[in-house]
Amino acid sequence: MKLELGYIYINDIKFSDLSKVENGTLYVNKEEIEAMILEDENVKSVKVEIAKPGESIRITPVKDVIEPRVKVEGPGGIFPGIISKVETVGMGKTNVLKGSAVVTTGKIVGFQEGIIDMAGVGAEYTPFSKLNNLVLACEPVDGIEAHEHEKSVRMAGLKTSTYLGKLAKDIKPDEVETFETLSIVDSIKKYPELPKVAYVQMLQSQGLLHDTYVYGVDAKRTLSTLINPTELMDGAIISGNCVSACDKNTTYHHLNNPVVHDLFEKHGKEINFVGIIITNENVYLADKERSSNWTAKLAEQIGLDGVIISQEGFGNPDTDLIMNCKKIEEKGIKTVIITDEYAGRDGASQSLADADEKADAVVTGGNANELIELKPMDKIIGDIMPVNTIAGGFDGSLKEDGSIVVELQAITGATNELGFNKLTAKEY
Amino acid sequence: MGKIKVVQYINQFYAGIGGEEKADYKPEVREEIIGPGMAFKAAFKDEAEIIATIICGDSYFNENLDSAKEKILQMVKKYNPDIFIAGPAFNAGRYGVACGTIAEAVQTEMKIPVLTGMYCENPGADMFRKSVYIVETKNSAAGMRAAVKKMAPLAMKLAKGEEIGSPSEEGYLSRGIRKNYFAADRGSKRAVDMLIKKLKGEEFITEFPMPDFDRVEPNPAVKDISKAKVALVTSGGIVPKGNPDRIESSSASKYGKYDILNYTDLTSETHETAHGGYDPTYANQDADRVLPVDIMREFEKEGKIGELHRYFYSTTGNGTSVANSKAYAAEFSKELKNDGVDAVILTST
Repeated sequence: MKLELGYIYINDIKFSDLSKVENGTLYVNKEEIEAMILEDENVKSVKVEIAKPGESIRITPVKDVIEPRVKVEGPGGIFPGIISKVETVGMGKTNVLKGSAVVTTGKIVGFQEGIIDMAGVGAEYTPFSKLNNLVLACEPVDGIEAHEHEKSVRMAGLKTSTYLGKLAKDIKPDEVETFETLSIVDSIKKYPELPKVAYVQMLQSQGLLHDTYVYGVDAKRTLSTLINPTELMDGAIISGNCVSACDKNTTYHHLNNPVVHDLFEKHGKEINFVGIIITNENVYLADKERSSNWTAKLAEQIGLDGVIISQEGFGNPDTDLIMNCKKIEEKGIKTVIITDEYAGRDGASQSLADADEKADAVVTGGNANELIELKPMDKIIGDIMPVNTIAGGFDGSLKEDGSIVVELQAITGATNELGFNKLTAKEY
Repeated sequence: MGKIKVVQYINQFYAGIGGEEKADYKPEVREEIIGPGMAFKAAFKDEAEIIATIICGDSYFNENLDSAKEKILQMVKKYNPDIFIAGPAFNAGRYGVACGTIAEAVQTEMKIPVLTGMYCENPGADMFRKSVYIVETKNSAAGMRAAVKKMAPLAMKLAKGEEIGSPSEEGYLSRGIRKNYFAADRGSKRAVDMLIKKLKGEEFITEFPMPDFDRVEPNPAVKDISKAKVALVTSGGIVPKGNPDRIESSSASKYGKYDILNYTDLTSETHETAHGGYDPTYANQDADRVLPVDIMREFEKEGKIGELHRYFYSTTGNGTSVANSKAYAAEFSKELKNDGVDAVILTST
C-alpha cells in the first residue's frame, strides 16, 4: 500500500468572502462554515474564530484538533466510515494543509477537556499553538444529553476540516512525501537482514465519552487487528473522547502519528517496519485479557522481532499497557512502551498504576501532575469558567486577573503518549 | 558572605578511637577537624570550614537511638552551621543508618541542608535516599578520595541554595523525584532509537525504571458479617450535591467525610459525583450505583450485616497520586477503627 502525502504549507489564515488557499494563506468564508454546522439540529449556535501562533489567545475547553486533508487520487476519502464512504483508504495521493487545524471548543461536555494557549509559557507545552487554527465554539441546544453533545461537536470539527481540506484538492503541493508498506511476505524478502518491527497502537475505549473510532466503528467493540500505516494518514482513526487533555490523542495526532513517521524514517535502513496492530483499552478485565492476548498472538503470528507500544490516557489503561508489554515480551519479542506519568505535584509518588519488570524500556511524556502558571491572555475563545473543574484544575485555579494555575494535565497534548513532544521526565 | 560553616559527623573508627571494641563510644563534640574532615578541608579550600566534628560509636547510636539522636542534635544546634555532613559511611551498615538518621533529624529540626555518603547497598541508603541527599560511594574506605570529590562540591551547592542537578550529574543516589524537562528529540524518535538498541543487544537507558509495585494482601475474612459494622469508602467521587468540599475532578488534594445517618437511598437530588475520569451521567442519576447505600440499608434491615457506619469517606481516584491516596487512607482508617468499624466496602470506578 502506497500513499503520497502532498504538503501545502499554510502560514496564515484569514476570513474572506471566498474560501480558498492561495500563496500559503487559508481564506475562510465564515458564514458558509456556520451554516454547515447549524445544519445539525443539536447545535444551538456556533462562533467561528481564528487563532494564530503568538496571539494572546486562550482556547478552552478544547475537545478535538483536526488537520484538513483531502483525497486527490485513489480510493475512498478522508475519515472513511464517518465522513466518507467506508472504502479502504491509504493509497494514491492525499493533500494536507500543513500548518493549519480546526479546533473544537464551547460548552464543556465532560471534565476532561483542555487548554490551548497561543502565546506564553503554556504555548510551549501544546503543539497546537504553532498552527493557524480555525476555532469552532459550539453551543448545544438546551437539555441535550452529553453523548449527543459530544457527537455533534465531533462532527462539526470533522465536517469543517473536510470542507477546508477540499480547498486543497487541485493545488500543487510544496513538498511530497511517499510512504509504502509492502505485504509482510514481500517486505521480508526485500529486507531479509533487518529486524521486523511493528507498532502496537492502543486506542482509548474505556467508554462513557472515552471512545475512538476506526472506520466509523467504536473501538471498544473491536478485536485487536492489523492496519496499514497509510490508512491512519487518511483518517481511518479519529478521536471521540474526553480523556484528560494532556494525554488525549486528538484526531490531529492520529493523522500525524509520530511513531509511524519515525518508524518509516528507519525503515529499510535499520528496521523493517511491517505494519500496525491496533488494540483497545476497555475497562473490563476479560476485555483487557482478550485484547492483550490477541495483540501478543498477532505479534507472534507475523513473526515480529520488536514492537513499540503507545498508550492513551492513564490509570486504568496502565494495566492494558503492562499486559500488552508483558505478553509480547513473553513471546520473545522486544518492546519499548510510551507512556506518561502521574507522580504527584512534587514528583515523589508512584508514576503508573501498574508495573512489571519486563517493561525495561520506557519512554515517558513527562509528569502530568506538575503545576504550571499561565498568565492572562487578551482573548478567550470558548468558556473560561470550567477551568476550576476540568481534569488538572482545582478550586482556585482561575485567578481574578485571569491567570491560571493548573496541572499540565489540563493542557491539550502536553504529555502525549504517542511521543509527539519533546517533554519528558527524569529522576532526581 | 563569610565562610560556609560545616559540622561533620563521624563514627569512632574514622575518629581514630578504635574499631568494634569502641563501638559503644558516647557522643562527643570536638572543635577540630578529624579523619575524613582533612580531605574535606582540602576540597573546600577557602570556601568553607569545618567548625566542629561530632563523634559517636555505631553501636551506641543504634542501641540508644532516641537519646543519641537528641544529644547529637543539641550539639549541632549549638554551632548553628550552614550545612551538616555525615560520613561518608561506605558499606558500614550501622554507620550508614546512623548517618541517615542523624542527617534526616538535622534537616527536619534545623531546616538546614544535610549531606551524607554511602555505598548503594548500605541498608541506610534505601532507608534515607528519599529524604536526604546521599552521595553514592565505593564499598570501602579506599573510595574516600572519590567520595570527597563528589561530596564537597555538592555540599557547597546545597549550602548556597543553588539548583541541584540530576543524580548522574551530581553523583547522589536518586531520590525518586520525577521532574519534567524538554529532551532534544521527540518521544517517538527516542522510542524508535531505544528499540533499535534493544534489538541489537546494545545498552539502552529506560526513561522510567519500573518501581517496586505496592500490592496489598487482603485481610482475613470477617468472621460474622451479620454482626459487623460496615463502612462505605469510595474513590468514585460521590459527594453531597454541590460538592461542598470542592473535591477536584482529578488529582484530588483532599477527601470528604459525609453523614448518611438519615439516608436510605441516594438520589439525583441529594448526591452526585465529583470524579472527572468517567462519564458522570449514570452516577449523577443514582449515586447508589457507585456507593451502594440503598442495598446496604436493605441488608441492615434484613440482618445480613450488623449495621452501616454513619459516615462514608470519598475522594476522586482520577489522577490522584498514590502517595496522597495512602495518606488519606492512613488518616481516615484510624477514625474508622476508633468508630468500631469491622469491615469496609471500597468501591472504585
